[in-house]
Amino acid sequence: MKFGVVVFPGTWSDRDCGWVIDQVLGEQLQYLWHKDADLKGCDCVILPGGFAYGDHLRTGAIARFAPVMEKVGEFADRGGLVWGICNGFQILCEAGLLPGALTRNSSLEFRCAWTNLLVERNDLAFTKQCSDREVISVPISHGEGSYFADPATLSRLEQNGQVVFRYCDPAGNVVAGANPNGSLHNIAGIVNKRGNVLGMMPHPERCSEAELGGTDGLKLFRSVAESAMRVLVS
Amino acid sequence: MIARVVVTPKPLVNDPQGITVKAGLATLGFKEVSDVRIGKYIEVRLDAASEHEAKQRVEAMCRQLLANHVIEDFRFEIETEASPKR
Repeated sequence: MKFGVVVFPGTWSDRDCGWVIDQVLGEQLQYLWHKDADLKGCDCVILPGGFAYGDHLRTGAIARFAPVMEKVGEFADRGGLVWGICNGFQILCEAGLLPGALTRNSSLEFRCAWTNLLVERNDLAFTKQCSDREVISVPISHGEGSYFADPATLSRLEQNGQVVFRYCDPAGNVVAGANPNGSLHNIAGIVNKRGNVLGMMPHPERCSEAELGGTDGLKLFRSVAESAMRVLVS
Repeated sequence: MIARVVVTPKPLVNDPQGITVKAGLATLGFKEVSDVRIGKYIEVRLDAASEHEAKQRVEAMCRQLLANHVIEDFRFEIETEASPKR
């Protein structure tokens, strides 16, 4: 399994993702520079967190025009696994690979905190290692993570089961008090209809080793790695 | 020519900055304020053969980059530099 981690100027979580892939999972790692016009045979492309191109104008607004993004779009169209984390989620929305947008946290504060996520889809390449409606603990670190989509888009997402992660309390109740940023419907992560493009605000790469306070994030990385194994076997 | 572009959050989009500023104005005694919405002002200087062409180009710029149609509306006016309004 070869993971590609895209590095834009201003990306800050590339090494954290790389560490998990390389050192914790023991899978192949390939950094992809934003100017690369080739995904170098990667099986899954991660757009990591940070402030790509300074997040000037809007989060992800400039990054979506990077040469590598054209290839990421083509890869997604072919069914390739694309995983946007935090700023990567914002970029996927700006690029139109996922619906909606991420706006300023309702608190106006940058929130760096542990959150509980209800896993509503465990049939995806990204979540197969999670149990049905499992509650996982994953940290967030963002100022603009409030998910917005117009009412029609939102109901389509819900009908299609495209909401993968929702902020919840430790018991798995989706309540307003568990929502750290004002996201509509407590949305923390969504997937495209085909199920191969995932965007999420929380950072699984920051909770993939016990030393960091939790290992729930590793379940997602393992899911992706194992999904590639299944493809090889079948 | 200069395009003066105003980008505003769509009515349905929560605008916590606007809410906070509204509260600030209320604290200062401006009780008549019923709503505040905060957007962006962008000045674009460009070369164009006509005002019509400039409008078309700026419209395209807004759709492709300057505004995100999911969360923002935009409007603009074009000024020829020979007749600045300010």
